[in-house]
Amino acid sequence: VFENLSGKLSGVFDGLRARGALNEADVTDALREVRLALLDADVALPVVKDFITKVRERAVGQEVLDSVSPGQQVVKIVNDVLVEQLGGAGAVPLNLNATAPIPILMVGLQGSGKTTTAGKIALRLASRLRKKVLLASLDTYRPAAQLQLQQLAERAGVPSLPIIAGQTPLQIAQRAMETARREVYDVVILDTAGRLSIDQEMMEEVKAIRAASSPAETLLVVDAMTGQDAVNTARAFNEAVGVTGIVMTRMDGDARGGAALSMRAITGAPIKLVGTGEKIEGLEDFHPERVAGRILGLGDVVGLVEKA
Amino acid sequence: SRSTQKLTQNLGSVLTRKKLDEEALQELEDALVAADFGTEVAARVIANFRRSRFGREVTDEEVRTALAEEIAEILRPVAQPFEPDPKLKPHVVLVVGVNGTGKTTTIGKLAQSYAEQGKRAILVAGDTFRAAAVEQLQVWGERTGAPVIKGPPNADAAGLAFDALTRARTEGADVLLVDTAGRLHNKSALMEELRKIIRVMRKQDEAVPHSVLLVLDATTGQNALQQVNVFKEMVDVTGLIVTKLDGSARGGIVVALAQEFGLPVHAVGVGEKATDLRPFDPMDYARGLVGIA
Ligand SMILES: Nc1nc2c(ncn2[C@@H]2O[C@H](COP(=O)(O)OP(=O)(O)OP(=O)(O)O)[C@@H](O)[C@H]2O)c(=O)[nH]1
Ligand SMILES: Nc1nc2c(ncn2[C@@H]2O[C@H](COP(=O)(O)OP(=O)(O)OP(=O)(O)O)[C@@H](O)[C@H]2O)c(=O)[nH]1
Ligand SMILES: [Mg+2]
Ligand SMILES: [Mg+2]
Repeated sequence: VFENLSGKLSGVFDGLRARGALNEADVTDALREVRLALLDADVALPVVKDFITKVRERAVGQEVLDSVSPGQQVVKIVNDVLVEQLGGAGAVPLNLNATAPIPILMVGLQGSGKTTTAGKIALRLASRLRKKVLLASLDTYRPAAQLQLQQLAERAGVPSLPIIAGQTPLQIAQRAMETARREVYDVVILDTAGRLSIDQEMMEEVKAIRAASSPAETLLVVDAMTGQDAVNTARAFNEAVGVTGIVMTRMDGDARGGAALSMRAITGAPIKLVGTGEKIEGLEDFHPERVAGRILGLGDVVGLVEKA
Repeated sequence: SRSTQKLTQNLGSVLTRKKLDEEALQELEDALVAADFGTEVAARVIANFRRSRFGREVTDEEVRTALAEEIAEILRPVAQPFEPDPKLKPHVVLVVGVNGTGKTTTIGKLAQSYAEQGKRAILVAGDTFRAAAVEQLQVWGERTGAPVIKGPPNADAAGLAFDALTRARTEGADVLLVDTAGRLHNKSALMEELRKIIRVMRKQDEAVPHSVLLVLDATTGQNALQQVNVFKEMVDVTGLIVTKLDGSARGGIVVALAQEFGLPVHAVGVGEKATDLRPFDPMDYARGLVGIA
């Protein structure tokens, strides 16, 4: 179904073989294909429109190098702009520049992977940075959610806040912070229940939790398979709690992951981590250039080079 | 409904216009793309629409109603309620899907509806991998009064399903709902494990599972096509249930799925409570997609 973008673009320019500067008409033809490719990769429509405008500005009038076709030249520009929009080269680490205990708040839609990611981050901070991490579940809604985090904590070899039935999420947040201060933890990861961005009551609740805990990081956890709704989710959570970082889960799937671009464009927050499996070890840094290649269907060239 | 606010706004600008011209059609097509129809299906739907409506003087209401009708037409053939066969004791239902779509919750909801109908359902905690997956299903069992069959942690799901089937047959249960661990369709080893559950249960009865329900999250974009394709290929999916339609995602991918695969859509999930499962109503769904509340 999905033809490789670079193939398609070469097609647009077949027979053209123009040299010299890219003209308006060439670019317009090419950008029609780019638009479709991005939409098929689940980048949200308003984000695609902005992106196309940026590429057009960059491309029109640019000299075509002798060694490549005009189509390849456009692909190069598209890729460059995409990498830029995804955050430029390199990964942004979690912000741990705060006085201990440093709270990290996990938020997102139902089933996006918050609890699993909380466990993964705890393992990473404990094993790589030798941090003393406390995991606390504020999910009093989903059946066995607190038990799920407790079991993940055991798998990660990290303590979890004892479960006390009947406490509200806000009370648990406060107890977590008190416990962490008393027992001198470096980091407290607060896992919240999944919530819809249009559920006002639940959004108010997470605002209150944030106000009470003043997290150094508020991580929006998003499924890489998310479609056009990414913009609504990103906007609503960002407005409510001020997202400081994004985690894309299920990058081990075969979704193109266009939601990454939507999320980043709407919140302006960096994508910090990606989930790459159900297991507690399945967490990696986000590499913009790899995801750009994936969104465009150009293959994970950088990843392959690094692995070689 | 709230979930259609955005699309209504999108349509708003075209709907005030008198004549349905190229530009108006393009905006309609964009609105469908923004509802996860996918570029091809959105283009196809609008192409049909333009054939019959182009250049006409139309009101907002007419455009919406006609477009909803066009979409409902595509959805009607797949709208098939899920009814366990009363002759089967039990009707065996295997519930599958990628991670976090709502499989376990949907089983809870199905168990609730069977309890209300006086049918005896048994639940099988076939997710022996994810943390507290068994306990999650047990809570649903308590809520709905359905017994839950479970094994030790990391037990073999296929063996568990086999034993559960034996018990359900002995007890003459009406429905056996088998929960499975979420798995990505591109992981062949995990998909093979799912096939093993089926293979092992068939040693007891060739005809089981009678139904294989694939649970899809309405927030999913174009990857849903790939999910359905692979699950259908690997485990003969018999029908779909679409969850989280109470959110802001509009679930336009269902239109693409209906055209591509024609699999029955049995029900939709509209919340986290036991009673939040609804029949799939094509006209309702289509009206929601084009913003008629
Ligand atoms: N394949 C894969 N599965 C993942 C990943 N992250 C999480 N999961 C799975 O996704 C499912 C849901 O994960 P949870 O951590 O329970 O999600 P959640 O956001 O806490 O869910 P709620 O609390 O119900 O909103 C589980 O089956 C996880 O194992 C990932 O990166 N890859
Ligand atoms: N708003 C809403 N939430 C839902 C719906 N269905 C399920 N959920 C929520 O989605 C999350 C995941 O649901 P589960 O039933 O655990 O999903 P699952 O497919 O069994 O997940 P894994 O077993 O981890 O793959 C939970 O927080 C559910 O409460 C729905 O229709 N609407
Ligand atoms: Mg959770
Ligand atoms: Mg489950």
